[in-house]
Amino acid sequence: MREEVQREVPAIRLEGITKRFGNVTANDHVSLHVDHGQILSILGENGSGKTTLMNMISGIYFPDEGQIFVDGREVVIRSPKDAFRYKIGMIHQHFKLVDVFSAAENIILGLEEKGKYNIKQYTQRIRELCEQYGFDLDPSRKVYEMSVSEKQTVEIIKALYRGADILILDEPTAVLTPQETEKLFDILRRMRDDGKAIIIITHKLHEVLSLSDRVSVLCKGKYAGTVNTGETNEAELTEMMVGKKVSLNIERSKVKDSKPRLMVTGLSCCDPEGTKILKDITFTANSGEILGIAGIAGSGQRELLEAIAGLQEVEGEITYIQPKTGEKENLRGKTPLQIRDLGVRLSFVPEDRLGMGMVGNMDLVDNVMLRSYSKGKSAFLDRSDSRELTDKLIRELEIVTPSVATPVRRLSGGNVQKVLVGREIAAAPTVLMAAYPVRGLDINASFTIYRLLNQQKENGTAVIFVGEDLDVLLALSDRIMVISSGRISGIVDARSASKEEIGLLMTRNVKEKEEGGEEQ
Amino acid sequence: MWADFLQRAIMQGIPLLYGSTGEIMTEKSGNLNLGIPGIMYVGGIGGVIGAFLYEQNTAVLNPFLAVFLPLMCSILASLLMGLIYCFLTVSLRANQNVTGLALTTFGVGIGNFFGGSLAKLAGSDVPSINLTATSNYFRQSLPFAKDLGWFGQIFLSHGFLTYLAIAIALGCSFVLTKTRVGLYLRAVGENPATADAAGISVGTYKYLATCIGSVIAGLGGLSYVMDYANGVWSNDGFGDRGWLAIALVIFAVWRPNLSILGSILFGGLYIIHNYIPDLDVSGQELFKMIPYLVTIVFLVVTSIGRKREAQPPASLGLPYFREER
Amino acid sequence: MTEQEAVIREPRFTIAKRTSIVWWKAWLIRLCAIVLALICSGVVSYLITRDNPLSIYAVMLDGAFGTKRRIWGLMQNLAMLLCVSIAVTPAFKMRFWNIGAEGQVLVGGLASAACMILFGETLPNAVLLLVMFITSIAAGAVWAVIPAVFRARWRTNETLFTLMMNYIAIQLVAFFVYKWSVPKGSGQVGVINRASRAGWLPAIGNNDYLLNILIVFLVTAIMYVYLRYSKHGFEISVVGESENTARYIGIPVQKVILRTMLISGAISGLAGLLLVAGTDHTISRDTAAGRGFTAIMVSWLAKFDPVFMILTSFLIVFLEKGATEISTAFALNESFSDIITGIIIFFIIGCEFFIQYTVKFKKKEAE
Repeated sequence: MREEVQREVPAIRLEGITKRFGNVTANDHVSLHVDHGQILSILGENGSGKTTLMNMISGIYFPDEGQIFVDGREVVIRSPKDAFRYKIGMIHQHFKLVDVFSAAENIILGLEEKGKYNIKQYTQRIRELCEQYGFDLDPSRKVYEMSVSEKQTVEIIKALYRGADILILDEPTAVLTPQETEKLFDILRRMRDDGKAIIIITHKLHEVLSLSDRVSVLCKGKYAGTVNTGETNEAELTEMMVGKKVSLNIERSKVKDSKPRLMVTGLSCCDPEGTKILKDITFTANSGEILGIAGIAGSGQRELLEAIAGLQEVEGEITYIQPKTGEKENLRGKTPLQIRDLGVRLSFVPEDRLGMGMVGNMDLVDNVMLRSYSKGKSAFLDRSDSRELTDKLIRELEIVTPSVATPVRRLSGGNVQKVLVGREIAAAPTVLMAAYPVRGLDINASFTIYRLLNQQKENGTAVIFVGEDLDVLLALSDRIMVISSGRISGIVDARSASKEEIGLLMTRNVKEKEEGGEEQ
Repeated sequence: MWADFLQRAIMQGIPLLYGSTGEIMTEKSGNLNLGIPGIMYVGGIGGVIGAFLYEQNTAVLNPFLAVFLPLMCSILASLLMGLIYCFLTVSLRANQNVTGLALTTFGVGIGNFFGGSLAKLAGSDVPSINLTATSNYFRQSLPFAKDLGWFGQIFLSHGFLTYLAIAIALGCSFVLTKTRVGLYLRAVGENPATADAAGISVGTYKYLATCIGSVIAGLGGLSYVMDYANGVWSNDGFGDRGWLAIALVIFAVWRPNLSILGSILFGGLYIIHNYIPDLDVSGQELFKMIPYLVTIVFLVVTSIGRKREAQPPASLGLPYFREER
Repeated sequence: MTEQEAVIREPRFTIAKRTSIVWWKAWLIRLCAIVLALICSGVVSYLITRDNPLSIYAVMLDGAFGTKRRIWGLMQNLAMLLCVSIAVTPAFKMRFWNIGAEGQVLVGGLASAACMILFGETLPNAVLLLVMFITSIAAGAVWAVIPAVFRARWRTNETLFTLMMNYIAIQLVAFFVYKWSVPKGSGQVGVINRASRAGWLPAIGNNDYLLNILIVFLVTAIMYVYLRYSKHGFEISVVGESENTARYIGIPVQKVILRTMLISGAISGLAGLLLVAGTDHTISRDTAAGRGFTAIMVSWLAKFDPVFMILTSFLIVFLEKGATEISTAFALNESFSDIITGIIIFFIIGCEFFIQYTVKFKKKEAE
């Protein structure tokens, strides 16, 4: 059956696509193609330009240079509407749904259909589509009441409803449980067998190998080549992705006089809608060690760190033990300011660097000053200290910036992160929390960050490191705590644990819950 | 007395209804147009200019033209105002609050300027603008309204602009909730990035909704001059009704059909002081405060309640630029 | 066919955000906008008056600078507009859309007038002035803090809330104007304490307005330093740029919102005092004369920089005075100045686009 629908020309072909944002070149002469009845993975690290490239196919951005061919004909995709016309459907990483609309309303949004607007009729057709592919969805439910995976279902049905022939999925599995991922892959395979061309953006190698027919690799915005999945392996793909072969050579020192520094007991918290995000979290972070935190994205890692930093309302106990005196301080219910006033030197590198850790429109000096601006009795600011510190950071961390007066939003991701981590470390923390500190960073910048975290550990700081790359977590941490759906599913010794073991823990609770549901 | 009160409440309410319906359509596209008060002035003076020139240049008024010309002038004038707002905020991505306030300054200025200087500019020697003749055509009510007692007085004694206002409000409600265009428009106001990704032209919808909204609001100014003020233009006579119309949008939780009832309520609150015995002028001024107080209470209650359907459109007041990142 | 289609359907231009712009280029664009606006308003004036456009500008200059008295009037108006603009600025810098300055000025003025009427004959003048300062600043502050409380606690939309507060203030003033009207029932308060001059701000030398002007320029200087060099100012900027960041570094966001609106309202209240005690010596619902709204534009046009605000408020006041002179000279309605102001602001608002973005035109390739 697949032979029948396969045509001679590729379903979509890109030729020399280039896109620049100001001084940054996001895509540099990228060329690739997909055939009908084929799944192509686009593989690349965070920030390698995958999403930008796909946004140009779906009409969100317009390329500065290059051509796009659909079924062999050159096309100009100026808007998403044009993309639909060429039967291109994109499922974005951040769902493009209107919260106050129902699923059905979202699905028919933007359709150019003649005839009467009859929501019941549409609902019926959506139900049929759901049955055909085995989706479980109530079309009349409002999006704001839905779970992440339901929202993704809405997005996929939206594309199918438009009769998309070319389907692009941007990191679709980042937010899914393994079961949901498997289900999605089944559906994608069924679509491929229907003759659809599917492009899936990902940075997870095992997904690439299990799902796709061919892999195109992007490296720092440049096209690094395409290989058939059958003829490659993880090592080769990694090499293409990072440009050169890397062995994760992170030096890990032994843990020396480790003492409990931060004790978390029975911590729970809810999101604004009242759903429990964290459930009964209990652990201890010790001085002089790196505690890694692993888990599927959105399992509660962000909330946990924010809770400790005093940014979430929580139940349970957060106890800090003063390094010198051994006195215990309760941090729960305290604001960041009150925590600082207790003499607790808690540093926090948040996941959202420009949205939380820094202010994009302010310059380096002011951003470095964010931590320390309130020091001293004077009502006025003293910028001289932070100016010195900024100069020091630029020198020591090799931060590339036109000047100290440049707004940080104009720096590259790696340099932004160096400023942020440098600032947090300059506060001489006793507890350092870092959420995805190397996300979107190149190898060099990543290693700088690893080095800094290790230095802190050796200085006796309790380091809490939330990561997504299990190899890094295993190489860097001393212990790894795994979170699954807001619960701790296990704490393992990073020196002896295996990737598989952690992978299993990451999904454990979810499984138990689902089996329980089936029994009823 | 009740019939009299209700009749006058409706008369007071109709300009507000036009204004709020227009502003609801505009806000549903994500544009917070604070220029509505100015636009209503311009809509009013547009009609006045049309009627004045027609009355001055014709000996015998043709009933159709006497209504049609002012109506067209009013629509055209407020359409231009809507276009200025759209060009600045949508095409040039200017700040909506600043643009809106400038538009109000501009619009009120135009209204008062032409209101005060129209006669001189047209080279006429009339002392003030009095368009009773035209106004009478606008105020033509059903002939048998007087024979139907209180029912006739409350519901049938008004000019056609009153019924048009209600029809437009109901029509807008229908469009917003029951049609594809309405769905797309709401999507633009809630989440323009999503609407854009779905192939809806955000700019077009913003332009259309805002311009149509301006025209509807402008008719409010016209209905005030022709229906309420008997065709007599007095500078600043329209007062703060434009802001009251914006308050009404909140009170009607962005639903034009609720706005009909709201406008009568606000109209009633606006004149209730006339119906309270032994109230001196200062007391009247306090009573005029009530619609605003009610709106604030309502605003606070809805924001504390956080009911999703009672919130302003999510992207209200924010500009949209596709390639921003 | 397809290639032709492709050429035709290619966008004619693309718009990109500038990462930076040389300062002189930005000012050149602004200057162009002002010149274009002046030409445009000249054309409008010409169409209405049929007078030589150049002489129209001459009339405008004359209206603004023609006599010593006019220059003082200009300075006084400039000072008042500047004062209200300074008042709204900290709130805007925090991205708090305080469009309630009109009401805040009015309640400030109302408080001053109340003190002048109630205590004019009982308190010594110095004490009276002190009481007036305190009450009007407090009144303005309270008026501004009310919406801030709801915004900080429940995220109530501050644009709409502050807007509504304006009209409550206006009606409140209208109520008291009738209560105090002289003669009873006239609906006008008239000059308060005309004979005793109790509660009037003293004239410096022969200049009635000099004290007003000095106070406003002092406030402007303080605000400049406050926003730029104080810790509070830094906190305002951080909260305005990103509430998340503010919470993260431990800035008490709600407290900053309340504090900033307190300051914003207090300065508005002071402007009310200067208008009642230093200028009009009476109160009416038009005391603020729309300055609360104009100030928003002035502050925004100056990019929330107090020093540039002197320039932008000068521009607006100059236009108002000039256009008023045109309307007097040609016996036209004085609202002419609002039209001219509107035109100028449209142009300046519009030109910001060309400072923020570049428009690249695609070259049409002949194939």
